Amino acid sequence: MASLAALLLLLGGCGALDLGVMNHAGPVAADQWRLYKIVAVVLIFVAGPVLLLVPLIAYHYRLDNKDDAYRPNWGFSWSLEALIWLPPIAIVAGLGVLLCDATHQLDPYRALPSKQPPLEVQVVALDWKWLFIYPDDGIATVNQLAVPVGRPVHLSLTSGTVMQSLLIPQLAGQIYAMAGMRTQLNFAADRPGVYRGLNTQFNGAGFQHQKFSVVAMPDREYRHWLTLRAADGQPFDDNVLKSLMQKSVAQRPLFFSKVPPGLFEHMMMANMQKEEAIR
Amino acid sequence: MTDPVWPMLLGRFTWDSLPFVRAWHNPTTNELIAAAAGGIVVVSGIAVLVLITVLRRWRWLWTEWLTSLDHKKIGILYIVIALVMLARALVEANLMRLQQAVAVGNPGFVAPEHFAELFSTHGSIMIFFMAMPFLTGLINYLVPLQIGARDVAFPVLNAISLWLTAAGAALMMASLVIGRFSTGGWSGYPPFTEIGFNPGVGPDYWIWAVTLGSLASTMTGINIAVTIYKMRCPGMKLMRMPLFTWTSLCTAILMIFAMPPLTVATALLALDRYLGFHFFTNALGGNMMHYANLFWMFGHPEVYIVILPAFGIYSEVVSTFSSKELYGYKSLVIATMAIAVLSFTVWLHHFFTMGQSASINAAFGIATMAIGVPTGVKIYNWIWTMFRGEVRFTTPMIYALAFMMTFVLGGLTGIILAFPPLDYIVHNTLFLVAHFHNMLIPGTLYGLLAAYTFWFPKVFGYRLDERWGRISCLCWIVGFYLAFMPLYVLGASGMARRTQAVMETAYRPWLYMAEAGALILLCAFAALIVQLWVSIRRRGANDVFVGDPWDGRALEWSVSAPPPEFNFARLPHVDQAHWFYDAKRKYAPYAPPIAYHDIWMLRNSAVAPVIGIASGAATFGLVWHMWWLAIFGLIVIFAAVVARSFVRDTHRVIPASEVARIDESWREATARAQPVPREIETSPANQGLALVRS
Ligand code: HEM
Ligand SMILES: [Cu+2]
Ligand SMILES: [Cu+2]
Repeated sequence: MASLAALLLLLGGCGALDLGVMNHAGPVAADQWRLYKIVAVVLIFVAGPVLLLVPLIAYHYRLDNKDDAYRPNWGFSWSLEALIWLPPIAIVAGLGVLLCDATHQLDPYRALPSKQPPLEVQVVALDWKWLFIYPDDGIATVNQLAVPVGRPVHLSLTSGTVMQSLLIPQLAGQIYAMAGMRTQLNFAADRPGVYRGLNTQFNGAGFQHQKFSVVAMPDREYRHWLTLRAADGQPFDDNVLKSLMQKSVAQRPLFFSKVPPGLFEHMMMANMQKEEAIR
Repeated sequence: MTDPVWPMLLGRFTWDSLPFVRAWHNPTTNELIAAAAGGIVVVSGIAVLVLITVLRRWRWLWTEWLTSLDHKKIGILYIVIALVMLARALVEANLMRLQQAVAVGNPGFVAPEHFAELFSTHGSIMIFFMAMPFLTGLINYLVPLQIGARDVAFPVLNAISLWLTAAGAALMMASLVIGRFSTGGWSGYPPFTEIGFNPGVGPDYWIWAVTLGSLASTMTGINIAVTIYKMRCPGMKLMRMPLFTWTSLCTAILMIFAMPPLTVATALLALDRYLGFHFFTNALGGNMMHYANLFWMFGHPEVYIVILPAFGIYSEVVSTFSSKELYGYKSLVIATMAIAVLSFTVWLHHFFTMGQSASINAAFGIATMAIGVPTGVKIYNWIWTMFRGEVRFTTPMIYALAFMMTFVLGGLTGIILAFPPLDYIVHNTLFLVAHFHNMLIPGTLYGLLAAYTFWFPKVFGYRLDERWGRISCLCWIVGFYLAFMPLYVLGASGMARRTQAVMETAYRPWLYMAEAGALILLCAFAALIVQLWVSIRRRGANDVFVGDPWDGRALEWSVSAPPPEFNFARLPHVDQAHWFYDAKRKYAPYAPPIAYHDIWMLRNSAVAPVIGIASGAATFGLVWHMWWLAIFGLIVIFAAVVARSFVRDTHRVIPASEVARIDESWREATARAQPVPREIETSPANQGLALVRS
């Protein structure tokens, strides 16, 4: 009975991993997942000996076992010393090379190789929502990031409030957004779909609702989406800006058109001059 | 209700600052929990005061404990604070687990702000007011005994450290009753904790509690390091010191260099909040990245501050319960020192995602893996210590074995997190939470509990109940795996940490599993209390006054249990490492000294409690903007220090005859005791005299 319940629990829970990097939908997350697997295999050799030796030796040399040797004053051996120091050093040296290479390959600032120019999107982290600005198309959205499948996306991020962190588990991982500064993230989506994005840096009472969706669609649909947003989006004016700066949770995505040029830079620097925005 | 009440006197206090008033006006489960927590603090505080009064124990408490400068009593008080705070933090952890298990697709019963207070207090308490006081207490108690000294180098400073820690802990408790705690997590990152985003008292509670704790730890570090450098008994060369003393030395050095960056960080944040500076604000040139650097320049070494003493504990436990010399003593010492130095070179791995260049991330990633080598190798030292030994599965030994197998898993996920591209995906998720609990629970908590079980007979003169000890130990192990392995899965599925509610139903089974684990962990703590209760009741049967119940190796086992206030009737002369262990085999270790001498011990001093209470009051005044109280507290602190410097008559003499009387009665007991063989060392046959076989 209990084991049946446990089994059901596990089956029900396997869906969870589908929300993560295991179910990657783009080249960056795919590379990250491949790296996970490589590192995991190496690590089996690191942990394996300890996991085997601890119970074996403790059990074999238990007090009750009178057949084993007892050498209370033995406490050192150069060959054992070499055996316990050299393999870990070698493994870490090998992993170090891998790490250095992978860190440069998967640098979030590194543009993805592609024939198409990347799609520029500017991201402003707000309390408790995400503003995405498409500077080339003059539109902006809240909590929805639409991208064409296959084309690299280049995000520039800043914050209109406290520090936040943007993560799209199935596509690319995480970079901080900080007021007065610009950080960057490159990624692409391989297949159409809706992917979960979130802020992972706690920023107050609405934190748990600060999710957005990345909607990856074929190029044609994406262009259609752009024209739709330009047509039905609310014009972005000072009142919109003011209301966005308020602490609030966006129940559903919002769309804006006629976004003034330089909005991102304006929001990035806005904090620098005046005293803290919200009192 | 929200207007300040007598602002001149009570500063920012309003009636709404009281959780009871809030619960009265708005009786939701959330507010009722807050009111109940506040109520428990108030009621148990009053109960303790009444109990002491009824039992007429005030004078005893004051002269025997609160004003004592005896390192042993100070050590015990530290551990009492740690256990009280552990209970609170565990309950908070269970509330968080329950909330997350319930709040799948609905808001649950703990409001977001309250949930944020829970993870902030849980984290801050576990680090600053559970792990730190616990290990400081152990170091305080054991190091002077292990190096053959009568006290630490600066006993008054030692007492002041204790009382500053107590003041910090009291501030944490006060935040349950008056006002609210910070919502900024244990790391208190600005600008979120700046006045512009969090104008309330919460971040100020956090700032001052942590500041008191960090000052206390800096002073403890200095004290312990000087004690180990200067107070060793004749013949106790550095390379003859027990491993626990070595790791204590490394921890002390780390405290000296790692706590100041934290004190500076909180002080600068306080300047921002109180005087309108702009160190970490968004506006006017502030930059929170400086805070991140300062905090983690403390934060990473802190990890080793809390883990290294546990390594020392495991070294003593494994070698004692294998009845064998520690394997590779020298390489363990070198590895520990290497860790102490390297731990200052890796802090950036806590913010790989801040947008620095790939080369910087790679350099710190590699440094992080490098420090894993000396850390990981130590596990083999313990394995080879058991090799060709006589291993007994006593409670401390089970903790040690569970530690070795569990810690290595935490090390694996640590290597994963050291890879910047892998960290990008799981940073700030429950994967990270699982990782650091996977290091801290086996690496620190199990070590502290092993030490508690191992040295309890030394400290109180009777053994702890073995059965309840094992039950508790088993619960800590099973509970840990159930509570934290699911978090790895949740983190890899993109569940952010510090989340009050989740919308993804796929998370639910894992959250249930984690909740079950948290309950078992709570049972583990309950079993610990039962064990203490049972052991106190059976203390007669489990008496080990002779003082060496486990065939111990270091000097602390060579004196009575509990040790006399002067520790050693005559300071020992040692001529090798684990001198006592060999002395038991080669000479007569319990032979009386040729002559007894007068011993000078320190008189009690009220200066530390006065400074502690005054600093608690001053920081409470700062939190609430009761400026008069803050100024008054500071004046009292200053006056107490000045007054103490005029006290000339600081010592008292224990005459040689008294020393002889105490020592001889112990030696008689030693002569009467039946030596106990290893097979039955956990039975009442154990009178504290080990049967010696070579
Ligand atoms: C033994 C049972 C324990 C349980 C059930 C437990 C549970 C938790 C939970 C539920 C959280 C919040 C996770 C989240 O952010 O969603 C947390 C955070 C944390 N815990 Fe524990 N914990 C335990 C022991 C410890 C110990 C022994 C330590 C340290 C020595 C510790 C240190 C921390 C820290 C530093 C945080 C982070 C707080 C923050 O987010 O700022 N915990 N723990
Ligand atoms: Cu920055
Ligand atoms: Cu670290």
